[in-house]
Amino acid sequence: MNRVNDRSRDIGPFVPAGDDDMVICRCEEITKGEIRKAVHEGMYTITELRRYLRCGMGLCQGQTCSRLVKGIVAKELKVSPAQLEPAAARAPMRPTEMRILGHEEGVCR
Amino acid sequence: MKHTAEAVIIGGGIIGCASAYYLAKKGCSVIVLEGSDYIGNGGSSRNGGGVRQSGRDPREIPMVMWGIQNVWPTLSEELGVDVEYTQKGNLRLGKTPAHLKILEGLTERAKACGLGVEMIDGDEVRKINPYLSEEVIGASFCPTDGHANPLTATLGYYKRARELGVRFITGEKVLKLLTVKGKIRKVVTENNTYEGEKVLVAAGYESRKITESVGIDIPMQKVKLTCLVTEAQPFMFEQMLGTAEADFYGHQSSHGSFVFGGSTGLEPCEKDNGHGISQSGSASCICRGIMKYFPALKDAKIVREWSGFIDECADKVPVISPVEEVPGLYLACGFTGHGFGIAPGAGVNIAEMMTEGNFTVDNMKDFRYDRFKAKI
Repeated sequence: MNRVNDRSRDIGPFVPAGDDDMVICRCEEITKGEIRKAVHEGMYTITELRRYLRCGMGLCQGQTCSRLVKGIVAKELKVSPAQLEPAAARAPMRPTEMRILGHEEGVCR
Repeated sequence: MKHTAEAVIIGGGIIGCASAYYLAKKGCSVIVLEGSDYIGNGGSSRNGGGVRQSGRDPREIPMVMWGIQNVWPTLSEELGVDVEYTQKGNLRLGKTPAHLKILEGLTERAKACGLGVEMIDGDEVRKINPYLSEEVIGASFCPTDGHANPLTATLGYYKRARELGVRFITGEKVLKLLTVKGKIRKVVTENNTYEGEKVLVAAGYESRKITESVGIDIPMQKVKLTCLVTEAQPFMFEQMLGTAEADFYGHQSSHGSFVFGGSTGLEPCEKDNGHGISQSGSASCICRGIMKYFPALKDAKIVREWSGFIDECADKVPVISPVEEVPGLYLACGFTGHGFGIAPGAGVNIAEMMTEGNFTVDNMKDFRYDRFKAKI
């Protein structure tokens, strides 16, 4: 569902906070401060944040941190978390070796 | 919200974002309209990250060479975002005499354009990249090629353009263009109408539907490609890789993960062609392609695969051109899956085309919108 999203609307300045060093995405070691700052640099969606910072793009693919990230972004944009689209989940659902994934018709079915 | 600017750009991919940045740098007011909810949602986030000159149509070489010499080396500093640009060469690999013949043709044509690219044999290939299998019997090697991160490069252009005052509006799907007194003026979306003295259509394949409203048609089609990424691996090599038959292409990112793209060859006949959904066999096929060249990667885990469409032009070279029938309308589409590495060079030229009416590279007539002719 496409929603008009003006990327120049005023969300106020980035204000550093005491817990900015807290690691939110453990796989890619992205901190709360990095996520908050990226929102102020224009990354208003979870999808763009993932592409910009790699948060939620590591081994667990955001299964651990996506709720936390959503909460942080929503607070920064001053909207409800329910208004933010989650990022698309992608195959394979668990990290899979190339020799397994590349052998879909053989013994490893 | 102000709905008028000197230039309205339709399409928030790397071409739209880079053009917006270079126009803003020239002091132009710009609005960028993106139909999807995300910046860089088309080919800009669905490619192997190559920044290469070799293996291209000779018509594209002057523009991409200019970009590699003048923009790419300092792009991270310019945008304030690490675009992970690495200039360690491109190996285009061959396993059969037929492959070598394709590579020799590409190499000769690129050399004629002044590009430093050489054919090398299998042993020389393995001196550059010791992980390649014995099946590789030769390659073309261009040492000034490389790779970068298409996601951060696209979003970097967006971030910097936004800082310069460019207005970006996502989720704003353009329905049609309207002229006033014979000149381009209005851009009608599902929700609003925007106005500009100049309009750039850089919406990939969707450009076709948009320019239809003013009677302009660019012959192109949608072609699906799949990308995949591995977990972070220990450092192995820095070159960009491709193959003569384009079985797969990609690189190891500075983060350690391998990013590869490819296709099965069955995409045009998929029953749901039109949806950007990964087919179950695509990633498997790309994995088999990779393992034949890089047996050492067989235990690397794939964490993610995704698909998307490129806008393949009839002659596989983009359209970057003013439209004579509609003064003020400009096109930048049909990049045919080669649009990432060429984007900085293209962006600079597009901004010049839309302001001064001239170009930095001198072969822009090769990209005209009216070059397509029937065969008889």
